Amino acid sequence: MNKHSLPDSKGHYGKFGGKYVIETLMPALQELQTLYEEVKEDPKFKEDLSYYLKHYVGRPTALYYAERLTKHLGGAKIYLKREDLTHTGAHKINNTIGSALLTQRMGKNRVIAETGAGQHGVATATAASLFGLECDVFMGEEDMKRQSLNVFKMRLLGANVIPVTSGTRTLKDATSEAIRNWITTVETTHYIIGSVVGPHPYPMIVRDFQKIIGEESTRQIMEMEGRLPDTCVACVGGGSNSMGLFYPFLENEEVKLVGVEAAGLGVDTDKHGASLTKGSPGVLHGMKSYLLHDDDGQVTEAHSISAGLDYPGVGCEHSYLRDSGRATYETITDAEALEGFKLLCSKEGIIPALESSHAIAHVAKLAPTMKKDEIILVCLSGRGDKDVNQIADRMGVSL
Amino acid sequence: MSRIEKRLALLNGKKALVAFYTAGDPDLSASKDIFAVIEKNGADIIEIGVPFSDPLADGPTIQASSHRSLQKGTTLKKIIQLVTDIRKTSELPIILMTSFNPIFVYGQKEFVADAVKAGVDGVIIPDLPPEEAEEFLGIAEGLDMIFLLAPTSTPTRVQQIGKISKGFIYYISLTGTTGTKEALSAGLEKKVSEIKKSVSLPVLVGFGVSGPEQAKQAAQISDGVIIGSAIVKLIEAHSDPAERDRKLAEFLAGIKKAINP
Repeated sequence: MNKHSLPDSKGHYGKFGGKYVIETLMPALQELQTLYEEVKEDPKFKEDLSYYLKHYVGRPTALYYAERLTKHLGGAKIYLKREDLTHTGAHKINNTIGSALLTQRMGKNRVIAETGAGQHGVATATAASLFGLECDVFMGEEDMKRQSLNVFKMRLLGANVIPVTSGTRTLKDATSEAIRNWITTVETTHYIIGSVVGPHPYPMIVRDFQKIIGEESTRQIMEMEGRLPDTCVACVGGGSNSMGLFYPFLENEEVKLVGVEAAGLGVDTDKHGASLTKGSPGVLHGMKSYLLHDDDGQVTEAHSISAGLDYPGVGCEHSYLRDSGRATYETITDAEALEGFKLLCSKEGIIPALESSHAIAHVAKLAPTMKKDEIILVCLSGRGDKDVNQIADRMGVSL
Repeated sequence: MSRIEKRLALLNGKKALVAFYTAGDPDLSASKDIFAVIEKNGADIIEIGVPFSDPLADGPTIQASSHRSLQKGTTLKKIIQLVTDIRKTSELPIILMTSFNPIFVYGQKEFVADAVKAGVDGVIIPDLPPEEAEEFLGIAEGLDMIFLLAPTSTPTRVQQIGKISKGFIYYISLTGTTGTKEALSAGLEKKVSEIKKSVSLPVLVGFGVSGPEQAKQAAQISDGVIIGSAIVKLIEAHSDPAERDRKLAEFLAGIKKAINP
């Protein structure tokens, strides 16, 4: 057993994680944990999962050497892990396919999900349609406006999109409302959480379904370069694409892991989503982790240009990695993310999601400081089609 | 014996009435007046709600109440001060009901010390199940930590929680969040009687108990009822303090009569 074999049996990652939920949900979490431990070793489950990941999702996704971007930045070689090429256009589907298969195993016929940018909502609605499950997606009213295309897609896929009007009307409140709905429907419903957050065993399950990103990357970079990358970079909202990329590299201490948080209007303003950089430990949505909250323990509003990073909490394993020093966390502002977005469009012909643009923007800073024979592997977690309307707006272009 | 245990023991078979309201809604000075009205009208224990930005176990009524209270600048510190003030003139058992994060940020040790000193008798922390409560239980001397049981609780959990809960068991009458419901959930009687067989503490029923008829039914099969959202709604509906206090008195008298006919 090595030091990164976490969580422990109680779902703790060092002092983080756990199950901070009302009694009503405790038996369901226990049941989920027991079932998951069982099926993850079950050959039939593994076979089903890899069947759908290959033939439906389109895995493995490409690892692409971004040659023009590399030359433009003039430093380390940059490889893009192309999660944007999956069915539905983001890494979220890796988790929802696995979770829908779990739902079937539990004999439940309804799933619920929260969504910020809408990518997890679309991925859940897709998996629900594929497996014939009833699906309700909770989405903040504010996010529904920002991501109207994804709202329409979810409805086309047969999901009910339920507007959340409480609090800040974004991802935090959508998550709260999904949990409340789950408290009411737990006997018939499985909650598919979209990130490595929530009460144990969710952060573990979502990480395990996402670690395929890092596993494929390891194989692919070995084939292409004959060695592991020097640095892995991924954006962090809740932190599922980054956790998926980082996890298989944890034991290779020589590989640096860098998570990129949303600095919004700047980390010295009150408009950002940088929980690991500016927050402190707290308890929200069933887990202990870094959190943006005030001196009275009231959760404060997060802000990011990207709805997927607009969340005041972060996955508990990231909190552990931060404190242990195994991963470091940087921040990128809204304005820098937009530059990252444009950079990838113009240099590589790839339109990245605004979330992923944060990772690209950090790479644009990092690569020139590294040697030409060094390697950066960055997770391009999603494609940017969903964001083009918003970006046109910001650029003053009417479509 | 704690103040809560004493009060429940003194009932001698009569059913307990626990009344909940949110501190700081409409404001903290009203909270002091409301306490007096509730005390005068027959509550055996008063549960003071600490507002939280993201109350996951609460339905729309208490969510909105929490929000109003936070807008008024209510903090856990100010609520502990409120209890200090109330304690000068009242001997009624007081429980704070709160999400865990405000206590965690306050500092668990500091919270226990300040709450005990102020005269708080117990705490209910819905999102701190036994699995996560070890540290708090280890330092919560002087506070009864009341745990919840739910319709979904397994027999093993019923036994385990029955052993560590202090004061009483808070039975969540329905699979859902707080709030008034049309009727009590089916299976309530069976579950409560199962719990009473394996737990020696009094079992009080809350969540979704809103009017005299439901209170009467719930009381018949348990040791008492906890009423929250209905009281919060009533406070919300009456901006005139005199009218509010009169309606509240009437309401509580009705419940009291229904549970102990």
